Amino acid sequence: MLIDHPLLGPRDAAEFVILGDASLIDRPDRQAEDAARQFHDYLHLRDNPAGEHRELWFHEQGDRSWLVVTRNTLTHEVLKVELARDVAIARGRDR
Amino acid sequence: MHYSALRILKEGLTGNRGWKPVWREPEPKRRYEIVVVGGGGHGLATAYYLATVHGLTDVAVLEKGWLGSGNVGRNTTIVRSNYLLPGNQPFYELSMKLWEGLEQDFNYNAMVSQRGIINLYHSDAQRDAAVRRGNAMILAGADAVLLDRAALREKCPFLDFDNERFPIQGGLWQPRGGTVRHDAVAWGYGRGADRRGVDLIQNCEVTGFDIRNGVCHGVETTRGAIAANRVAVCVAGSSGRVMGYAGLRLPIESHVLQAFVSEGLKPAVPGVLTFGAGHFYISQSDKGGLVFGGDIDGYNSYAQRGNLPALEHVCEGGMALMPMIGRARVLRIWGGLVDMSMDGSPFIDRTPVEGLFFNGGWNYGGFKATPASGYCYAHLVATGEPHPVAAEMRLDRFQRGAAIDEKGAGAQPNLH
Ligand SMILES: Cc1cc2nc3c(=O)[nH]c(=O)nc-3n(C[C@H](O)[C@H](O)[C@H](O)COP(=O)(O)OP(=O)(O)OC[C@H]3O[C@@H](n4cnc5c(N)ncnc54)[C@H](O)[C@@H]3O)c2cc1C
Repeated sequence: MLIDHPLLGPRDAAEFVILGDASLIDRPDRQAEDAARQFHDYLHLRDNPAGEHRELWFHEQGDRSWLVVTRNTLTHEVLKVELARDVAIARGRDR
Repeated sequence: MHYSALRILKEGLTGNRGWKPVWREPEPKRRYEIVVVGGGGHGLATAYYLATVHGLTDVAVLEKGWLGSGNVGRNTTIVRSNYLLPGNQPFYELSMKLWEGLEQDFNYNAMVSQRGIINLYHSDAQRDAAVRRGNAMILAGADAVLLDRAALREKCPFLDFDNERFPIQGGLWQPRGGTVRHDAVAWGYGRGADRRGVDLIQNCEVTGFDIRNGVCHGVETTRGAIAANRVAVCVAGSSGRVMGYAGLRLPIESHVLQAFVSEGLKPAVPGVLTFGAGHFYISQSDKGGLVFGGDIDGYNSYAQRGNLPALEHVCEGGMALMPMIGRARVLRIWGGLVDMSMDGSPFIDRTPVEGLFFNGGWNYGGFKATPASGYCYAHLVATGEPHPVAAEMRLDRFQRGAAIDEKGAGAQPNLH
């Protein structure tokens, strides 16, 4: 697989490690009433789709940036690559 | 038809004209007491034990492809009961005991071969961990022998004992571990269930559930709706997809695991060996091929095929462990869809939907579990109560802080 890094261009996926579903960006509020349940779901439950999947990859043997890669889990085709920071800020996180 | 040496003799003398198809190909009925979804090892074993242990034969197994087209026919055939934790080890030891009597029980040659498995250790800390694991195994009624360097060298002189980076100190040996002919397990259980009246329905994909007021009344399939009082799902790598039809999210991700086979060679590798310092394990098939593999590729996948970096990684492990493997050529490579759970351990449980049961999360190690998984799942579906050795394999265990995490890796499926 080739990952088209927004800053560095196409890179071999072997340079990266994957963390998993990009929903891991949306860490629940630890002060919420039902924080325990929210954290359980956040940590353990997955949509696990067959098809398009947004996921977090870390360029460990590169510039060490976090990326959000949209990939098809049926074909391994990489459809879109964004900097995770941009995605997080767009979702209302401060960084 | 009962198989025996006498039968072979008789058929041999009469032109082999008496053999019959191993199972029927029935049309699906509109209603069953129990529908099992997934005709892999676990689904077929479940149907077999429902019929033999619980006398329940108004049962259908629905399989989207052909019987055994999933992981039961794609794995590297290793069976063992060398787990550590109390939530796992008694279950896997029950499985080992069932393997030992399986061929007589279902009257089929599954080539159960207890050639032993050795997990190598490369440091003092790993040796201590091996001792602890061995003791846990013995406490659960299994067998374990600690091999020092000299004893291991006698068994496996070809290992790179003085490897610069990871010298080999010894291994934890389970003599009763070994290999089993994977396809034959599916065929044997399938035939055994069919002979007792279970309908095995192939080319029948489940596409939805008939759930009303929180109760499951049956399934929708590509061959029409089928009603059932109890629906038992065991679709391994497709767990997330199928349980999604019932609106459930699972503590599971689907990943790809690859396996590799070399050309046929003279007997060289006694039993199963696992590298303790990298991702590599190996055995030799009865045809002579070296059967080996390593870790999952690491990314979510439903493609049933992997990528080349994993191949390179596995072969590097092989070269580090036993340099002689560099002379062998890889003949075949394939990948299977594995249902990786959040703690590396499986689930055999009810679901929040009444009448709907779930079996999955087998990671890369569910083949060895096939007999116990079928046995315990049949127990749960038939009696409504979990079998004692599977009582901790519950879907809500993360909520209760009761994860069964052999490696202590946390909720990170690609690290288990
Ligand atoms: C390369 C590789 C090596 C492995 N090596 C080992 C090993 O050495 N030892 C070990 O213990 N384990 C090993 N495993 C793991 C083991 O193979 C699996 O955990 C186990 O086979 C899973 O259970 P099963 O046999 O029921 O799965 P499967 O055979 O995959 O059965 C699931 C079935 O469900 C069917 N299905 C899916 N969706 C639907 C639907 N909607 N409707 C109807 N049917 C459906 C599928 O077609 C499939 O036939 C390995 C796995 C792989 C991929």
